[in-house]
Amino acid sequence: MKNFQILNMTRIIRLVMAILMLPLILNAQPVEMADTMRSEGKIYVVVAILLLIFAGLIAYLVMLDRKITKIEKRLSDERGPDADL
Amino acid sequence: MKTWAKILSVVLLVYTIVAGFLFDVPRLNIVNESIRSLYFHVPMWFGMIALFTVSLGYSILYLNKPSLKFDAYAVEFVHTGIVLNLLGLTTGMIWANYTWGSPWHGDPKQNGAAISLLIYLAYFVLRGSIDNEDQKARLSAVYNIFAYAAMVPLLFIIPRMTSSMHPGNGGNPGFNMYDLDSQMRLVFYPAVIGWGLLGAWIATLRVRIRLINEKLSNLEHD
Repeated sequence: MKNFQILNMTRIIRLVMAILMLPLILNAQPVEMADTMRSEGKIYVVVAILLLIFAGLIAYLVMLDRKITKIEKRLSDERGPDADL
Repeated sequence: MKTWAKILSVVLLVYTIVAGFLFDVPRLNIVNESIRSLYFHVPMWFGMIALFTVSLGYSILYLNKPSLKFDAYAVEFVHTGIVLNLLGLTTGMIWANYTWGSPWHGDPKQNGAAISLLIYLAYFVLRGSIDNEDQKARLSAVYNIFAYAAMVPLLFIIPRMTSSMHPGNGGNPGFNMYDLDSQMRLVFYPAVIGWGLLGAWIATLRVRIRLINEKLSNLEHD
């Protein structure tokens, strides 16, 4: 009889615990992320395109930089060495 | 700007693009994958503040010792900073549309950023309204100090005093939810430095063009 009561008590406690934890379990649904895209490897396509655009923009910026350097040189040649403002 | 700084900027930004899309990020509801925008949206603001700070420094230098060179740096760093501000505002609006529900949410930080944009645009209005070059440079240097002093509370103090939807605001300094994730910081800080340096690079190109123009007009007057 005593054994039966203890067994019952543990069952009730387990049940109460399970009910208390229910919201936690329901909340633990996985957050949706772009996992499929990653597993298919398509994310590398995105990175490749972004890198190419970035490389193109930087190349353009470097060319602009060089062009300005050339003009600066031409200007300082025209005015002599101490032509600083 | 030194060549090593330009190279560093490119290296850090290549790393940002690769790591920003491929590294793990925390799985959070609502933001989901859009959390990666942190590597691109937030550095616009950090970059803007860095450029405005450089500009403030040159304005103070100008008032200390008037020189066209200091004025050129002050103007062009504000100019590039405004570009970053616009990019920050528009990227923020896209992000807000999908996480907060509407592009303009009346968030204190969002409003503060828009007001700072107006304050800095007025810097150019002021410059455009003065003909005398020395007066233009001196008055706009004074105004630049005022603009910076107005921007700091708008972006950093008011959003923290009221409730803001931006993380780390509403009485909660720092990055709170991002702070938990050291993996994100590994990408975020290089991104901030990279974008900041890129902004500075573009600004210095503009400075050099302005100085060339000054020299040319001096030549014409000789």
